[in-house]
Amino acid sequence: MATQVLQRETWRESLRSLKVATWLGWQIESNWTDPFLFAVYSLIKPIAGAMILVVMYLVVSGGQTGNPIFPYIYLGNAFYIYVGSVLMGISYAIIDDREHYGVLKYIYVSPIQVYFYLLGRGVARTLTGTIAVIITLAFGVVVFKLPVNFLAMNHALFWPVFLIGLVGLALIGILLAGVTLITARHNYFIGEAVAGALYLLCGAVFPLDVLPKFLQYIGLGLPMTYWLEGLRRAMLGTSASPLLAPFSNETILIILFSSTLLVGLISLSFYRWCERRAKEKGLIDMQTMY
Amino acid sequence: MKNFQRELAVFVRTVIGRAYPRLIGLQRERSWLFFEIFLPLLGTAAFVYIYRALGAKPEFTGFVVLGGAMTAYWMNVLWSMATQFYWEKETGNLALYLIAPTSRMAILLGMALGGMISTTVRALAVLILGSLVFRVTFTVSDWGSLGLVFFLTLVALYGMGMMFASAFLLYGREAWHMANLLQEPVFLLSGFYFPIKSLGFWISAVASLIPITLGLDAMRQILYPQAGWGFLDVRIETLTLAILSVVFLIAAHRMLLWLENIARREGRLTVRGQ
Repeated sequence: MATQVLQRETWRESLRSLKVATWLGWQIESNWTDPFLFAVYSLIKPIAGAMILVVMYLVVSGGQTGNPIFPYIYLGNAFYIYVGSVLMGISYAIIDDREHYGVLKYIYVSPIQVYFYLLGRGVARTLTGTIAVIITLAFGVVVFKLPVNFLAMNHALFWPVFLIGLVGLALIGILLAGVTLITARHNYFIGEAVAGALYLLCGAVFPLDVLPKFLQYIGLGLPMTYWLEGLRRAMLGTSASPLLAPFSNETILIILFSSTLLVGLISLSFYRWCERRAKEKGLIDMQTMY
Repeated sequence: MKNFQRELAVFVRTVIGRAYPRLIGLQRERSWLFFEIFLPLLGTAAFVYIYRALGAKPEFTGFVVLGGAMTAYWMNVLWSMATQFYWEKETGNLALYLIAPTSRMAILLGMALGGMISTTVRALAVLILGSLVFRVTFTVSDWGSLGLVFFLTLVALYGMGMMFASAFLLYGREAWHMANLLQEPVFLLSGFYFPIKSLGFWISAVASLIPITLGLDAMRQILYPQAGWGFLDVRIETLTLAILSVVFLIAAHRMLLWLENIARREGRLTVRGQ
């Protein structure tokens, strides 16, 4: 009976941590300026990012957008916004709270679940990322006639792939938060390095087939490869990557789910280890002034 | 005369003093050097593979590698020039700068000079590694013009950075977001990964206010004279860069005086954790 009460209390505390951290994260992300400038910022950044690739494509194709590689590049780039947002959002929360606001030690002594607190900060970044993804997709459909029909797409594939992928990203974010917790001078690079490597290796903006063989194998081992492939298949109905074409939709889903599960187990235990190490070494309230 | 000499000596010492940590920082934390070369290289590689997937001509790989190397300068101008006074404010150094008996322009110049030199090491590494990995060959048609364009690009660019640094004096937390906002749109407008000519005349003309736009275009024309993707004649681009250099340096000086005054009056110089 007592155990059940304790479990219920822990869950309540976890949910509260998640909710409060989401609210806090949203405030940090959005209240630095007035709503108009925030809207402009939310519009310009993702569209400019997408336009770089669009112009590169148009320069080579001579203005044609009929090639199947165009939607491949565009959709991959649009959904990749989540990778940067969630990965860096969660790991950057550690830097922000420890170095910038100096409150990480207070978070650790308050009655909250830090793991859920970090996930909550990730949820806030997911929300801002979602705004950017929607804007980018809408821009592509309206301006470049991207062959995507949101009503007719494969919802049965899209939603499970989309949600599992986001959970996977959050779990990798927690893993990076662990690394950030025990590093001093490299924490600014960690999220960027991982996001940059994933951009190159998981076929975000080009089919994996153009990579050298050894990089293709690394790419095939990453959950994000299957996440982006699943999303493209759900929205476009086909695969533009000969390397991934033999995989059925179900196989893509199974690989994504099992690799996310594996990442989750690694992430949880690694973060706990980093946390213990940070406490032992007195890193929770470290101020590096970098 | 003696006064002038003394002031000049202080000015030069300040420039050297402020450039010193940027140069010495190059070797103090060597892992940073690795990350600062490795990260732009990752992005550059991704853009090279996009062109390969599209079956683009080989010179586009060269365009991307050169653009990728030049991103190091833009990132340095944004994060180590424009936002620098904001970081200094956050760490409590800004007040010390302001009470020091020296010119603020000398501090900015020192930052620019140190940043230029340390970033050149990174940009060169990206250029060399990128060229080796992706087998890019550049044919320099005129070394003198290339050197002059590169030099003027850096002067104008860091002049712009000095101007931004003054403007960012007024910012609090939004400094980070504003610098962030100046990444992708500038990568797009300046044609870091494609020839700027493809954006059309008027957009390219407006984008030419960012010195790296004309600098990159001129360097690409010199390195790939046969490609035929030049926006304007190299001589016109060089002259424009020279004008931009003078304009940005003067504007930086004026803005520093004006905005420092506003920041003092509004009490923004020592506000932290905004």
